[in-house]
Amino acid sequence: MAHILHTLLDTQGWVLADGATGTNLFNMGLEAGDAPELWNETKPDAIRALYKGAVDAGSDLFLTNSFGGNRARLKLHDAGDRARELSRISAELGREIADAADRPVIVAGSVGPTGEIMQPMGELTHEAAVEMFHEQAEGLKEGGADLLWVETISAAEEFRAAAEAFALADMPWCGTMSFDTAGRTMMGLTAPHMVKMVNKLPNPPMAFGANCGVGASDLLRTVLGFASAGPTLPLIAKGNAGIPKYHNGHIHYDGTPELMADYAVLARDCGASIIGGCCGTTPDHLQKMRAALETTPKGSAPTLDAIAAALGGFSSEDDGTSGKTPTRTRRRRRAA
Amino acid sequence: MSDEEDDIILSELDDEELVQQMFDDLYDGLKEEIEEGVNILLERGWAPYRVLTEALVGGMTIVGNDFRDGILFVPEVLLAANAMKGGMAILKPLLAETGAPRVGKMVIGTVKGDIHDIGKNLVSMMMEGAGFEVVDLGINNPVENYLEALETEEPDILGMSALLTTTMPYMKVVIDTMNEKGIRDDYIVLVGGAPLNEEFGKAIGADAYCRDAAVAVETAKEFVARKHNQMAAG
Repeated sequence: MAHILHTLLDTQGWVLADGATGTNLFNMGLEAGDAPELWNETKPDAIRALYKGAVDAGSDLFLTNSFGGNRARLKLHDAGDRARELSRISAELGREIADAADRPVIVAGSVGPTGEIMQPMGELTHEAAVEMFHEQAEGLKEGGADLLWVETISAAEEFRAAAEAFALADMPWCGTMSFDTAGRTMMGLTAPHMVKMVNKLPNPPMAFGANCGVGASDLLRTVLGFASAGPTLPLIAKGNAGIPKYHNGHIHYDGTPELMADYAVLARDCGASIIGGCCGTTPDHLQKMRAALETTPKGSAPTLDAIAAALGGFSSEDDGTSGKTPTRTRRRRRAA
Repeated sequence: MSDEEDDIILSELDDEELVQQMFDDLYDGLKEEIEEGVNILLERGWAPYRVLTEALVGGMTIVGNDFRDGILFVPEVLLAANAMKGGMAILKPLLAETGAPRVGKMVIGTVKGDIHDIGKNLVSMMMEGAGFEVVDLGINNPVENYLEALETEEPDILGMSALLTTTMPYMKVVIDTMNEKGIRDDYIVLVGGAPLNEEFGKAIGADAYCRDAAVAVETAKEFVARKHNQMAAG
C-alpha cells in the first residue's frame, strides 16, 4: 500500500506541513526553560490544541511535540529516562487529532538534535547517538506516527545516526537540516553537500530539506541549492516567519501571514513540494499559505533577486558554495 | 609532496619558522605538535607570555578570521581550540608564576531557561585562544549566578548567551539588575546567540551583540583596550 505521504504528493502535487511548535507553545503559556515534551503528559489539551490549530488551518502534515524528546535533551530536565514514553504520548495525541480530521492528515514524529557534538570534535559516539535516536523512534512508532521527521540538524554525522536509528525502528522518515551560518549549517555543510550525503544513505528518506535557519529568504536560497544538485527525492521547505524582533520585553517574528503566503508559493517554485513554516509560524500564517498554494499555479524557479524583493534580503552574500578556500596556504605538511 | 618534505623536525626549525609551523598546526588542530612546539620555545628561553601571544594567539587569530569569514566552520574551530588547549595547559602555571600581564577576564554563561551551550562553549574556547581567562558558568543561569560570579571573579567582561527567542529577554533582566545595583558600568557586557541581532543588543542595553565567536573575540579586545585607555587617561 502506498504511504499516505506519497498518496498526498501524487494527488495534490504538494503537501502543506505545519508551523512552529516551540513559539506557539510559548504563546500558550509555556515558560522559558520548561521542557515542552513534559506538556504531553501534564497539559495534553494544550498539545491537542497545538496540533488541531495546524490541522484546522489546512496543514496536511504536522510534527509531534517531541523535538527535545531524546535522552540527552530531557536529561537536562531530569527526565532522560522518559524519552520513549514522552515521545509515545506526543504521537498518541497526534494520532487522535489526525484521525478525527475529515481528510487524511499525516502525523510526523519530530526528532530534534541531541544538542551534543559528535566525535571526533565532541564527545558523543556514533553508537550512543544511534541508540538515543532509536529509543525515541520506538516511542513515536508505538504512539502511531505515520513517519519520523528529524529536523534542525547541523552535522552530517548526526543526520546519518538518525537515519540508522530509523532503519532499526523500521520506520519511513523525512529529514531537514538548518542552514544558519553564512548559507551553511553550523557545522559547515552546504545544500549540495546535503544532497550528496542523503544520496549515499542506505535507507534514504521519503523527502529531505531545510528548516529554521535565518529567515524565509535564506531558506529558499538553500532550496535552490538543493535543486541545483539534482535531487531525486521530494524537497522540504520549512522556514521561519521572518526574523525575531524585540518589542517591550517580548520577541515576535516579523513575518506576516501575507509574507509567508508569498514564501510558500516561491518555495514551490524553487522546487519544494512539502512546504511549511518554522519559528513564528502560526495557524493564521498556515491558512494564508494554504490559500496561496491552492490558488496560484506553480511557476518557474525565481531568481535570488526575486526572492529578496518578495521576502527581504539574505543574511550573507552567498550560500557557501562560491568556493572560498582557506586563506592559509600551507607551507608544507608534516607526516600524518 | 615528497617524503623528504613531509617530515619536519620541529626542533630543527629556527624560531620564526617554528612559529609559522605552529600557525599551520593550530589551523589543522594538531594538539601534540602544538605541545611540542610550546615546549621547544620555552626551552629556547622564550618567556611564557611571548609563547602565548606570538605563537598561540597569533595562530588562533588566523583561525578566528577564517571562521568569521565563513571559510572555516565549527568542527575545524573545535579542533584548533583543542590543540590550543594543549599548549595552554603547559603555559598556564608558568604564566601565573612569572606574573605575566593579563589580556582580560570574562565570565560567561547561558541565561536562565536556556540549556544550549555549543555556541557559548565556542566563544569560551575562542576567548581562551585569544589569551583571555574565561570563567564558564554553564547553562540555565539565573541573575544571582551572574552577580555572584561578577563579585568573586572580578572579570572585565560579562558574556551572556541564549539560543531561544523566549530566553533572550532574560538578558535584559540581568542587565537591569546590574543597573539597579549600580554596577552595570563596571563591566563590558557582550551578548550572543543565534536568534539575536544588533538591534536587540542595543534595546536591552548591552555594550555589543556578537554575531559569532570570532566577532566576540574582536569585540572583547576592542572594549578591553578602550577600557584600559580610559583608565590610563583618567
